[in-house]
Amino acid sequence: MTAVLDRPPVPSDPPPTARRAAVDWGPALAGAVRKLDPRGLVRQPVVFVVWVGSVLSTVLAALDPSVFGWLIAVWLWLTVLFANVAEAVAEGRGKAQAATLRQARTTTVAVRPDGSEVSAADLQPGDTVVVVAGQVVPGDGDVVEGIASVDESAITGESAPVIRESGGDRSAVTGGTTVLSDRIVVRITSRPGETFVDRMIALVEGAARQRTPNEVALNILLSSLTIVFLLAVVTLQPIAVQAGAGQSTTVLIALVVCLISTTIGALLSAIGIAGMDRLVQRNVLAMSGRAVEAAGDVDTLLLDKTGTITLGNRQAAAFIGVGGTSDAEVADAAQLASLADGTPEGRSVVVLARTAYGLPERSVADAVPVPFTAQTRMSGVDLPDGRRLRKGAAGAVQAWVRSLDGAVPRDVAEVVDGIAGSGGTPLLLASADAAGARVLGVVHLKDVVKPGMAERFAELRRMGIRTVMVTGDNERTARAIAAEAGIDDVLAEATPEDKLALIQREQAGGRLVAMTGDGTNDAPALAQADVGVAMNTGTSAAKEAGNMVDLDSDPTKLIEIVAIGKQLLITRGSLTTFSIANDLAKYFAILPAMFAGAFPGLDRLNVMRLASPESAILSAVVFNALVIVALVPLALRGVRYRPSSASAMLRRNLLVYGLGGVALPFAGIKLIDLLVSLLPGIA
Amino acid sequence: MSSTAAGWLQVALLVAALAAVHRPLGDWLARVFSAERHWRAERLVYRAVGVDADSEQRWPTYLRSVLAFSLVSVLFLYLLQRVQQWLPLGNGRPAVEPGPAWNTAVSFVTNTNWQGYAGESTMGHLVQMAGLAVQNFLSAAVGLAVAVALVRGFARTRTDRLGNAWVDVTRAVTRVLLPLAVLSAVVLVLGGVVQTLSAGTDATTLAGGTQFLPGGPVASQEAVKQLGTNGGGFFNANSAHPFEGPSAWVSLFQVLLMLVIPFSLPRAFGRLVGDRRQGYAVVGVMATLAAASLALTSWAQARAGGAALQLAGAATEGQEVRFGGPLSALFGTATTLTSTGAVNAMHDSFTPAGGLLTMANMMLGEVAPGGVGSGLYGMLVLAVVAVFVAGLMVGRTPEYLGKKLGRREMTLASLYVLTTPAVVLAGTALAMSVDAGRSSMLAEGPHGLSEVLYAFTSAGNNNGSAFAGLNANTPFWNTALGLAMAFGRFLPVVLVLALAGRLAAQGRTPATAGTLPTHRPLFVGLLTAVVLVVVGLTYLPALSLGPIAEGLS
Repeated sequence: MTAVLDRPPVPSDPPPTARRAAVDWGPALAGAVRKLDPRGLVRQPVVFVVWVGSVLSTVLAALDPSVFGWLIAVWLWLTVLFANVAEAVAEGRGKAQAATLRQARTTTVAVRPDGSEVSAADLQPGDTVVVVAGQVVPGDGDVVEGIASVDESAITGESAPVIRESGGDRSAVTGGTTVLSDRIVVRITSRPGETFVDRMIALVEGAARQRTPNEVALNILLSSLTIVFLLAVVTLQPIAVQAGAGQSTTVLIALVVCLISTTIGALLSAIGIAGMDRLVQRNVLAMSGRAVEAAGDVDTLLLDKTGTITLGNRQAAAFIGVGGTSDAEVADAAQLASLADGTPEGRSVVVLARTAYGLPERSVADAVPVPFTAQTRMSGVDLPDGRRLRKGAAGAVQAWVRSLDGAVPRDVAEVVDGIAGSGGTPLLLASADAAGARVLGVVHLKDVVKPGMAERFAELRRMGIRTVMVTGDNERTARAIAAEAGIDDVLAEATPEDKLALIQREQAGGRLVAMTGDGTNDAPALAQADVGVAMNTGTSAAKEAGNMVDLDSDPTKLIEIVAIGKQLLITRGSLTTFSIANDLAKYFAILPAMFAGAFPGLDRLNVMRLASPESAILSAVVFNALVIVALVPLALRGVRYRPSSASAMLRRNLLVYGLGGVALPFAGIKLIDLLVSLLPGIA
Repeated sequence: MSSTAAGWLQVALLVAALAAVHRPLGDWLARVFSAERHWRAERLVYRAVGVDADSEQRWPTYLRSVLAFSLVSVLFLYLLQRVQQWLPLGNGRPAVEPGPAWNTAVSFVTNTNWQGYAGESTMGHLVQMAGLAVQNFLSAAVGLAVAVALVRGFARTRTDRLGNAWVDVTRAVTRVLLPLAVLSAVVLVLGGVVQTLSAGTDATTLAGGTQFLPGGPVASQEAVKQLGTNGGGFFNANSAHPFEGPSAWVSLFQVLLMLVIPFSLPRAFGRLVGDRRQGYAVVGVMATLAAASLALTSWAQARAGGAALQLAGAATEGQEVRFGGPLSALFGTATTLTSTGAVNAMHDSFTPAGGLLTMANMMLGEVAPGGVGSGLYGMLVLAVVAVFVAGLMVGRTPEYLGKKLGRREMTLASLYVLTTPAVVLAGTALAMSVDAGRSSMLAEGPHGLSEVLYAFTSAGNNNGSAFAGLNANTPFWNTALGLAMAFGRFLPVVLVLALAGRLAAQGRTPATAGTLPTHRPLFVGLLTAVVLVVVGLTYLPALSLGPIAEGLS
């Protein structure tokens, strides 16, 4: 579409490891203690209920001290603390990165074109400043004058400098980056405190994290389950008293805490932060958590052909002789004609001649290269022996041969149509010498699908995601490439308006659309798409319109973003299932412990044969707390995700987290009980 | 034939009959609620009520219509009971006291049919016919209407219209309940159920004594009592009374009547949302739960605990020996799974495990298959919860039938799940903490708790069956259970209709390979587990002090 066409493909697979910070437990623990403040905990209803339980049980233990009472109180506090640790660890990962970003931001003084100095913090949108080599760009903006190489490593982690110039799609500069050469004039587009770097800092620190719609919905479900269990336990007491089996408040608190979904309640927030963090690790910045969630829901992916699906340029795939000329002769002539051709297409001709026909690269002295012009639509070479070789568009070359009274063999049309029909580009090769002019053959140029793309699109199809290739090519060419790459649909001869219309059409059908873009003319489509990933090399307009920015400017990354979105939701669902499934074992631990005294028959429900009522209840509480810690790494990493159909994924996750969630606590509680029952005052 | 063999045969007959009937009836139900044309009789009703039958309502209007209609029904039924001494066919019965009159009015309008009174000695024929029987039709029709509105919410896109409550209620009566009830009543009369306007006769027994044999329009009421999953008996002994349940055949037929509409509705649902497999999945969950419950109950009843019971071969106390143990288990299971509440044996006398199961059936929220209409909407709301959790596990914002389940949808579904347990548990705790509640308990210890818990479970879930052994005709119990029935019926209705409105307003997300399939056995298993875990586990602490403690002691 735009600058995508001339950007070389960027390898995407290895995420920059430099950005991945190790878990730092010290500060996380400190953060967790700070988070014990109930005002912050109200946002997490499940954890808040545990907090209230902790306070109550502490008061009760202080009034009527017993080993059991104090142990329960301590473990309830630990439960809250572990929940906070999960969140603090998730946030801590971003903190280190935020610190480096802050250093980049602490510039400085900006210089106006008239030479006056102004503090970078006072710059307003519309101001213009001059930045020369060695200086840090004071704020986000567009280059309005000049060209410069800029070091953007502070933001992207990529040390190779990039070119920024006025006009076009490479005019955007980001505050905090360093100009390495030359001088540019920048018109500022961001408000103070709202620059890209500022937003990034807020994002990675979790400060700007708003809870996403799905997280809110899950929180509502968890809250209502919490209320149900609270009710079940609160109403239990009058019934138990009537039955002569009244319980101490400490035991009732322990029962509530064990029944409400503390596992997912404690990890919910960490899962969300970690999801954002996984994106940051892949050098993608999501402007909202909502966008990350939407990525998991995407039904239709709009992918630009060039740079995403195919390698940047067409490449020679075959030499075909016409009118009696052999293929090898065509290869020889084509190589000669392309020796001076520095374009990727020309290089690919030389390379193919070498690899397929063993023709070494040569240099011919005194050969006069004839460059491509828009008028002739041909390029070639005039050899010292008088031979003139030309290659170019079929029409242009045929016209050239006829103008020299040369012959165009009858099979030319057939070969040319065949190549065009298969989605390739035919390049006609002709020669003229003393004997006259004639068409020698055809070079078959074609788009080369990036290796591995077909497999990825097959994966996407299994996940139920439809792929649409967007290209400026004609329909036939586009279809051929789409078929080769395994793309579902194409938008050929696409204008930015077509793209926008396609997105709106998909959305009207209830589908969510994701796309990448970088040019200013992509901005409306980026804004319309549910997930719009702007390339960091793109214009500020594009970056403003999208809801994610890819710092590596790799359009293929869209596929990874979808996977991260899905993984985020799967992690939430799996841990919720696990958490609810845990309740069964806890009932079997606690109910007999509470009531077997009054109704000895209930001891038969004590299937785990736990040592004593106290040890049973304490073991359930301890298990409940420890399982949070045990699952923190899983919450941060996300559950294993492999692209497959919804049915297969559900089966697997139900098996692991549903049945596992039923079985694991039986073993866990029993194990803890074996240890706990050794304590004096418990057994 | 041994009792066990008869039991198996009865179940086989029942399943065969349901399998045969659910298709035509389900298809008919779908047609009834999507047909454009009105019958002439229906037009007369619309004109009389002053309703524009061709205009559709938004969900708040639909809700207001349903609530207003129910309120008027309660008032009418209350008044009718209070003035019955001046009405014809009163058989000399005095006016019903305010407490029981309120309780009975709410009970019949909410499709609960909890009866704190003895039918034959309290109600005259006119109240039975014009009051109770009419509400048997109307309360079932309201349930159907609400269910249909929710199904329309799933089926429609980008609209705020859910249909017309008056039309839906009227059609439910004229096109579904009345024809089926007439047919069934004839079958019941042929089977020996009484149908007369006479108050009864004195008969001379073989021993020379005289005995009063009560009469009344029983068959006509009996048909809709079962068909509409109402359950309010003409006689105090309900279907255990020889005039109401004269033979095993009739008893089995009554079981069929209870189950036939609830088990046919999923088929109608599947047709209305344009994917019959969705209906089969719902019916699959209902059938799985029902089969498991029946198997467990039958096993618990057949497995005798004490020496006397072993001598008898099974737990026969309180069982209708004319029907045999298995049919009592079948009837007890069906009546508690369908919110009917009719009984042909006293659940109080079931084994503790059997009694526990009848209670657990209701605690699942009356969804397997549940009451007429209410069973389907209850199950669909639980499906929403199941899809939400499962949908996350496949990595998408969960969607059921193409409708996204976001914050608002989950708020409504969560509150629905919360409502009934809250009513039941709060009621039980209240009754156990005040003297007015406790003094009505006949039994001590866990069995006493079972009676109280059963009463509130039955009222909150609009079942209406009683554990017996509880003197519920006191001001406290009449009021508390009346409130439990009203909250247990109408709060869910509000939430369901609000949910229907939200769903109808949405567009539809097309299904892809990435969408959670909701018609496969895997989902059936998942939804079954959600019903058991999310709804069932809530009651485990209370149950452990009642029937579980009793059974394990």
